[in-house]
Amino acid sequence: MVAVLTKRIIPCLDIKNGSVVKGTKFGNLRYAGNPIGLAEKYCKEGADELVFLDINASYENRKTTLSLVEEIGKRIFIPFTVGGGIQTISDIRKILNAGADKISINTAAIKNPEIIKKASEQFGSQCIVVAIDAKRKDNSCEAYIEGGRKPTGMDVLQWAKQIEKLGAGEILLTSIDNDGTKEGYDLELTKTVSESVNIPIIASGGANNLKSILEVFRKGKADAALAASIFHYKKFSIRQVKKFLLKNGVEIRK
Amino acid sequence: MIAIIDYGAGNLRSVKNALDTLGVDSKITDNPEDIQNANRLILPGDGSFGYLMGSLQKKKLISPIRKFIKSGKPFLGICLGLQALFEESEESPGVKGLCILKGKVIKFQKGKIPQIGWNKISPAKNNIFREGYAYFVNSYYAVPEDKSVIASATDYYGNFASAVEYRNILAMQFHPEKSGKFGIEILRRWLQC
Repeated sequence: MVAVLTKRIIPCLDIKNGSVVKGTKFGNLRYAGNPIGLAEKYCKEGADELVFLDINASYENRKTTLSLVEEIGKRIFIPFTVGGGIQTISDIRKILNAGADKISINTAAIKNPEIIKKASEQFGSQCIVVAIDAKRKDNSCEAYIEGGRKPTGMDVLQWAKQIEKLGAGEILLTSIDNDGTKEGYDLELTKTVSESVNIPIIASGGANNLKSILEVFRKGKADAALAASIFHYKKFSIRQVKKFLLKNGVEIRK
Repeated sequence: MIAIIDYGAGNLRSVKNALDTLGVDSKITDNPEDIQNANRLILPGDGSFGYLMGSLQKKKLISPIRKFIKSGKPFLGICLGLQALFEESEESPGVKGLCILKGKVIKFQKGKIPQIGWNKISPAKNNIFREGYAYFVNSYYAVPEDKSVIASATDYYGNFASAVEYRNILAMQFHPEKSGKFGIEILRRWLQC
């Protein structure tokens, strides 16, 4: 058998005013902890990467985020991605210079797809993650922006292919319908996108139990699974998730 | 002092953060004098082969790097810093590498590209590596002409050289500074040899 790359488990920390928060269907925020404390804990438990999303990225907040990124970089020796409110190449540079390994963009990429190309050329594809917030509509999926508030009329699959062409390194695919509802990932959506592009897909939205994570790899063909509430509220530890995956024959980092 | 070469791209900060946590002094620099005076040199890497070589040339760092390597002091290449040791890369046709090692850098033909994530290191020699998982982000990999320089192998739809070692040179395709405790320990062992 060909040994393939291990599947990644990525805890996501939504940050608002310096705290980790978590909501459902992109709303109803609850306090979920201190970002550095949680990041260090997840790192120790075996997280393969971390994602920090600044969900309240105003101008004043940006400075708090940058100093948080610096602090995380000094303490965490696994890759981490920072997203939320990134508009320009200069925003990207600042976050990478502060110590982030990757940045994630959504709204800015849809409004100006050229930013994907420019950023990938300048900083390398590996650090440009494009986030797609997808919502079901009839038989297809539509991409949303501005934190899930605004429909764009763009078909998720077409957009994913364009993102790859423009040079992004990864796609972070979130199902708005399933986010925080703990109904499991949108397996069909994840599989369709994952099989249509040749860059890694990070599936997000709906992780509720061990089986849902196993399924997003097996049936959803995801390369990485992102989850928030099941870790923040200690439903499962990362170790438990990995043990379960390993037992079920998924290659993970031990 | 350890010099980390600043060629205007790449996450240099994370390499420095890793060295800081190990309690060793390092400096991110593009000054040829710093390179000459350093007792260890690190060429980290992100971005493209062509960009890296062009930037080293513009900053007049190619000859200081070659001189440093010739001096016998420990040199560490990371990711693109491994690839740059070879003669050429499919990523940037016509661009000459540092030509310290014979061979070229080619693109993966199978699987998702880039390879992003944790993959297994199988040590082929030396005391620096252990079997375990390290973090990779690469679309290209080096094919050394002299197979005896291969220090570890990794499987991504076929085996490739995930680390090379030759005299005072050690280079890794993966990112030890981003490979958690496993990677920090590799850096610690390198600092001891």
